[in-house]
Order: sequence, then structure tokens, then C-alpha cells
Amino acid sequence: MAAEAISRALRDGALEGEHAPALTIKDSIHAPLGAFVFDHILAQLSSNISSSKSQAQGIVLVAFARSPQFYAELLKSKANDAASLKKWLRIVDCYTDPLGWKSQLAESGIVSNRSTQNATTASLCKNARDLDMLFSSIVELGKEVIRETKGRFAVAIDSVSEILRHASISSAASLLSNLRSHDQVACLFWLFHSDLHEMKASSALEYISSMVACVEPISNTTNGKGMNSENLPLIEQNLGRGKFSVRFKRRNGRIRLMSEELHTEQMGINFVPAFEDYVTSQSLVPKVQFSLQLSEKERNDRAKVVLPFEHQGDGKPIQIYDGRRSVSESKTENKETNAEKMHVNEDSGRGEIIYIRDSDDEMPDSDEDPDDDLDI
Amino acid sequence: MMSSNSANNLLDEALGFNDECGGGGGGLLLLIEDRVETSGAFILHHLIKRRLSSPNRPNDVVVFLSFAHPFSHYDRILRKMGCNLGVQKENKRFVYYDMLNLNYPDGEKGAEDLLLSVYGKIQKTVELCSSREGYKNSTIMIDDISLMEVALCGSSNLVLDFLHYCYSLATQFDCLVIILNHEDVYSTVDVPSPLLQMEYLANIVIKAEPLATGLATDVHGQLTVLNKGICQGSGCSKSKIRNFHFRVKENCVEYFYPGSRT
Repeated sequence: MAAEAISRALRDGALEGEHAPALTIKDSIHAPLGAFVFDHILAQLSSNISSSKSQAQGIVLVAFARSPQFYAELLKSKANDAASLKKWLRIVDCYTDPLGWKSQLAESGIVSNRSTQNATTASLCKNARDLDMLFSSIVELGKEVIRETKGRFAVAIDSVSEILRHASISSAASLLSNLRSHDQVACLFWLFHSDLHEMKASSALEYISSMVACVEPISNTTNGKGMNSENLPLIEQNLGRGKFSVRFKRRNGRIRLMSEELHTEQMGINFVPAFEDYVTSQSLVPKVQFSLQLSEKERNDRAKVVLPFEHQGDGKPIQIYDGRRSVSESKTENKETNAEKMHVNEDSGRGEIIYIRDSDDEMPDSDEDPDDDLDI
Repeated sequence: MMSSNSANNLLDEALGFNDECGGGGGGLLLLIEDRVETSGAFILHHLIKRRLSSPNRPNDVVVFLSFAHPFSHYDRILRKMGCNLGVQKENKRFVYYDMLNLNYPDGEKGAEDLLLSVYGKIQKTVELCSSREGYKNSTIMIDDISLMEVALCGSSNLVLDFLHYCYSLATQFDCLVIILNHEDVYSTVDVPSPLLQMEYLANIVIKAEPLATGLATDVHGQLTVLNKGICQGSGCSKSKIRNFHFRVKENCVEYFYPGSRT
């Protein structure tokens, strides 16, 4: 399932010498469910952190769109107590006073300096336009939650759309890149609303990400034009359900696509397999005039084929070469190829081919890349 | 068919406002979008009356920022609806800020400083109210956002900053923020519309649009009310959408479902 794959990737964190995995969650006004996905991912990662199952030992949450109190309540409702939260959660509060207006007014005595922070571990940001300072705040708070020198923390930003209101796309991209390449960041994820920005901004954010999760409407409506009673059920449906498509970018450049449906519920969201999942996977096969896939009969026939040198095995079981050489085989090294060994039986006076297969049978164009785990 | 004078009309039901409280929903932002053909001003007037007329909320205050009309305009309209704004103003329950005749400085920095001082006055008023006994909710109203943007040298970003601060004030003091904006003002702009930002921010969006079939004498337009419900950390209520027609009369507005008018 796509959502589970995301949670696993964020839980596992960064490999040594690699940038941290980065997730973009994007939605639009016709399927405004991105915030639900963000909350879900945050809750999942928090659960892994509190049970020490993740590489990240804590989270630094940058709150622009919702208050620190909202997130504290959210995480408490997922079975985290306040004391536990203080150990591994830090919040950069860019919600309460992002431009320093309240502080200025309080300093001049116009309003009272009433603090809105209660039991949350929030650090107030008074200048959301200064992304260098924001980066420093994130890193500083991150160091508070890691327990060892080589420990790492996760970063979550609840609205890159808000960052882009205060700063340019290049500054925002630079902030995210710097976080991703920081050697103490395990993973990071953020939400933005794609219809609030130009295409180049969306593309820039997606290029920085190793995973892009897109929430789209379940039903196509007429975009609000000619609002009538026929459109309403569809529009209402889109407020509670959506298509959830995720694009994973592997290290070797290959892309993996997954999709499912998401449904909002009172306590969060639920992911279910998409009804059109089979259709979607079929549609990924290009439409050409020759067959690219095997039928059932062809698969069976293929399984029955005995390879040319194996039928000379005289009833002995078919072996698969495991890379270890015997002493006798090393004498005939000059005559060896990668997949075959030629052995001359001096006693019998006739040639014999001893063939050991170098791997198990594999379907052509299989999704799994055998070189995927190579650290080239 | 229900008029705005009856206890609970279709609009109030769609907004989730409980008649017992005379309006409800603190910590919310309500966005009214209208067009040239269908003005949404009547919704503002209706909500002013609802917030000021409830006997259960004697200390609630309406803070009104007007960029569109002078006080006398609203006073005249609300009198016809049975609400004396002059008296409410004297009693400090209706706090009116005349933004029409302010001296707007040049440049975005000057505009931001002006906005800061306006926000300061609003926060001070709300803080003062909240300290009074029997306080339930305050309301902050802005008429209208597009003129506010004009006044602030065309900076939609400053407007959005101001709305963000009002929203955070609303969540802190349990206020309701009501803003009116014109949908067709932004329709020819190539960059993503700031109206979309407001739709994301709002908890309730009311759209006043003409009928798909065009002009009619008995029906002046249709309202679509999208109520996203309340989302707190511990859970969210379901989003609901309602659509019904309206007819603006001299002293009230009628709301009815399509085809139910006899």
C-alpha cells in the first residue's frame, strides 16, 4: 500500500552518504485533503519515534498553517502523553506571530503580551521571511531531541505554500535542499497546495523530493462553474474521498508508481486499494501491435522448458551456481565463461559439459532490478 | 420558504449556527464570495443582525472594518431589518472602523505599518471584550477584501498576512471572522488567485452566484454554502455542502430550495 510504503521509507531514514528521503504531499482546492495526509504521516512517524523503531530520534515540526496546540492535541489523541512529547517533539511556531506584529504591539504597550503557548514545546518564530534563521532554528531544535552524537531527527513542514508567500521559490528550495543534505536529518516531509503556485515552483519542489504523494479528486466536476444540484454530490464526495497517487524515485533513477484511495473519517483518514488499481497497472503497458506480456499458456509452457545443458544431468538435481569454486574447478579456469564450465574427463575420452545455472528463472522486465542493492 | 426574520432559515442551518446562541462558531473564518450580478452584501447584513440581536449574548461585539461604504449606509439598511446600529455603536457593541477616509501611505512598508496599527486596535478591542463577564464570542467583519487590497497598494500578500493574524486571534479568543470578496475581480489574472488562498484558509465558504438559467424576477440567485466543519487535533467533523436559492426583498431575504416556491 502506498501510504505504508511512505511511512516505511520515512521510518528507515537516510543511508550513510545519501540525502535524507524527502516527501512532497500536494493537493488542490478540489481535493483539499492534503492536511489529513500530513497529519496521518506525522502520527505514523511519531509512533515509530516514540517506540524507537525509526532512525529519527525526534521530530522538528514547522507549523505555519495550524497552531502548535493543534498538533499537540493531535499527537496526544494518538496515545502520546505530554511528557513523552517533550522528549522527542519540537515545534517551530510560525503560526502565532510570523511577522512579529504581536511582539511589536506588545512592546509598545498597545496589547497585552499574553502567551498562547501552553504545554507545547514550541519555539516562536517572529520572522518567517528569514529562511536562514528558520534553518538555524530547525537544526538547533533538532539537536535537542537526538540522544547521541550521530543521531538524526525528522523535519515536517505543514505548509511550504506559506513559506512561498514570504520567500522566493529559490530560497525555499534552498532551505529544503539544505535540510535534506544535513547529516543529522533522517527524513523530511512537507505539504503544499499545487494550485496556489506556478508550475515551475511545483516542479522545483518535486525535483527535490524522493517521494511525491498527490491527492486528486475522486470525481471530476465542472470546477464549480454552473453550480447546480447535480454537481453537489460529486463536490461533497471530493471533500471526503480522494485518489492518492505516490511516485517513488529510486536511487538508480527508476520510478515506482502506487495508488490507492483515501477516505476521511472522524479520527483521521483511511487508505483503501483503488477500485481501478488493476486497470491503472494495465494502462502502464504501452499500447503496441505486438504482445509484451505472456499469456497463461505461454507461462506454463515456459516453465516446462528444460535448458539445453541441464537435460544431460542424468537425474541429478539442477544446481544454481552460488559463487563458490571447488579446488578442481580452479584448474580449468582458462576455459571458463561466466555461466558455463567445461570439464574434460581424461578417463572417458569424450567431452562432457557440466552446466550450473547462475540464477533462478526470472521473468523478463520484472519490476525488481537485481542491481538495485549495488552501492555504485 | 423561510425568511431571514424567522428563527432559523436555510442560511443559518447551512452555517451550523444554533438559534439559541444567536450565531455560534468561534475560532472560524467565513468567506463570502459574490459577483457583479449577485451581490453578497445581504449576507453580511444578515450576520451583523444575528450577532447583535441575540439576547443570550449581551456582551458580544462586532468589529467592522469598512473599505466599501460609510457607516450611514449600514445604519440605514440595518434599521429596515429592525436593528439600530447607532445605539449598538454607542454601547460599544458595534465597533466601526472607517477605512475609507484613512490616509494611506505610499509603498508596501508604509502599508504594512498601517495594517499593523489597525490589527493592534482590533486585538485590543477583542482582548477587552473577552475580559468582560458573560463574554461568548466576538465577530470581526471586513467589507470588502478586494478594496482592502487596493488600499494596500495592491498587495494581496499583506491582505493574506492580515487575515492570518485575524484567524489566529479568532482561534485564541473564540472569534468569528467574516470577510466579503468578489470572485470576478480576480478572474482575468494569470497568476494563481489570492482568492484561492482565502478558500483554503476559510472554514465556511458562501458563494452567491446567478442561476445557471440566467436572470429571473422571482429568484435573484443561488447560494452555495460549503461548511468544512471543525477540525481539532482530536478529530474532525464531516464537510457539508448546501445549495439553495434566494430572493432579496425590501426588509428581508427569502431562502428556498429550487422548485419549492409556490
